[in-house]
Amino acid sequence: MRIAPKYTQRLAVALLGGATLLTLLVLLFIILFVLQKGLPAVTWQFLSQAPRDMGRSGGILPVIVGTFLLPLLAIAIALPLGVGTAVYLTEYTRETRLTRVIRFGTDCLAGIPSIIFGLFGFIFFVVILGFGWSLLSGGLTLALMILPTIIRTTEEAIRAVPNTFREVSFSLGATRWETVLHVVLPNALPGIVTGIMLSLGRSIGETAAVIFTAGSALRMPTSVYDSVRTMAVHFYLLAREGLSNENAYGTAAVLILAVLGVNLTAYWIMNRFVGRHT
Amino acid sequence: MKWNSETIVRQVLTVIAFSSIAGLLLIALFILKEGLPFILHVGPRAFLLSSNWDPANGHYGIYPMIVASIWITLGAMLVGAPLGVAGAIFLNEFVPKPAMRLIKPTLELLAGIPSVVFGFIGVMVLAPFIRAHLGGPGLSLLAGALILGIMILPTVISISTDAIAAVPSTFREGALALGATRWQAVHMVILKAARSGILASIILAMGRAVGETMAVIMVAGNAVKIPHGPLDSVRTLTANIALEMGYATGLHRQALFATGVVLFIFIMILNSLAGLVLRKKVRRS
Repeated sequence: MRIAPKYTQRLAVALLGGATLLTLLVLLFIILFVLQKGLPAVTWQFLSQAPRDMGRSGGILPVIVGTFLLPLLAIAIALPLGVGTAVYLTEYTRETRLTRVIRFGTDCLAGIPSIIFGLFGFIFFVVILGFGWSLLSGGLTLALMILPTIIRTTEEAIRAVPNTFREVSFSLGATRWETVLHVVLPNALPGIVTGIMLSLGRSIGETAAVIFTAGSALRMPTSVYDSVRTMAVHFYLLAREGLSNENAYGTAAVLILAVLGVNLTAYWIMNRFVGRHT
Repeated sequence: MKWNSETIVRQVLTVIAFSSIAGLLLIALFILKEGLPFILHVGPRAFLLSSNWDPANGHYGIYPMIVASIWITLGAMLVGAPLGVAGAIFLNEFVPKPAMRLIKPTLELLAGIPSVVFGFIGVMVLAPFIRAHLGGPGLSLLAGALILGIMILPTVISISTDAIAAVPSTFREGALALGATRWQAVHMVILKAARSGILASIILAMGRAVGETMAVIMVAGNAVKIPHGPLDSVRTLTANIALEMGYATGLHRQALFATGVVLFIFIMILNSLAGLVLRKKVRRS
């Protein structure tokens, strides 16, 4: 028997809608589960004290500091490279074999799993260049990891700047670089900031690439050669060793809030400032 | 003077533009430099096809890890691909625009949940559930595949959504004008037009699943053996590297880099495949 299209339509909508709802519910459940278990442990003492007894008690202050220092260093390294690449691709060259190679390389880099970045960072930065487990090794490794994101978002932001802006600048006698510096980049800034925030969100949650390059020291770092422990690594070690469930949950809650906060800001900037040149 | 600074800027930018390629080559070079001599030393057959992983006694066979990685990835695709593609279709075709404005950012926020958190949920919620209702140790191939399947959902949804949104609206309008229902328009016209983009999203998600480390370490159990069923404990290639990297030295460390080489090759094949699928689409349109 052939089912009337009207009913297959209803059936399809119900199934597709059900699948979508299931997806959203599972993902929301994960966030709410962690927050519900973890938030009771998050007190001012928890946020402002150093860990004691390998993290079994005490707070996570140095871990929070490490969680933000490491990505900031990575962004400081990757930003000039990423923005430079994007400016070159959009303003200084046409589509050629060369730009295709650069794009292919960027895509490949984006697809490499974090454990491979961890292996590479360990052998190259930690062992061969002798930086040891440190903020510097971790920052350089993360910089490579976020480079594709920064290149892509910057490229998109620059392409969204209308050509008339450049033409006006040229007609006033500005050179290409002056135009990039005073017209293109300021107008692409919100898009670039979105890229930075997305990279920050990804770096904060990263574990595999960080644990083998930045190490897991619980001290407050005093130089770039000091090892740091991020919240994701701290949480993983606490959970794996079964050191303290309460502190593990608390760390996870702070971690999730940090990532959500960063991503929400990125989204807000994107909607508020990007794509308004029409 | 002006002319001079322009040339300098251009040259500096040309050099900078190669940073991502340089990074990629450095990574490939150093992983290969550490791993390849080892593979040649013990022989590719003994490394890839032996089931005996016992670094303390000089046995380095990663066959069980290869099998586990493949099964766990296929399992994850079985969960993630249908749900993700269904979600993308529904969000694009059947959800009114204002609701989309709420759902899309929510999904993108969820894409940022760190993998250790997924792993922890697997340990605290999923594994006990499997142990209680299906038997086995709980930390298993099944738990790993389910968690990975959920983790790749945002990837599948966001890339498939882009592919479906890129289908010209005239296609949709044409089908509807001929009297098709919305669902007929979707599965007879829009899905055909968006096919390669959807396929690419699934292949890219596969790459993510093969490479995922922390969540898998926490939920898959990590026993080095060839799984006989979905409830068995397994160790993937990524887990093997991350578990032993902390203390490995000498040949053992090289063996882990060699595992990295195998993983790297898997990923490169998947990425090139996705690129190929997408390029074909571009050429056709």
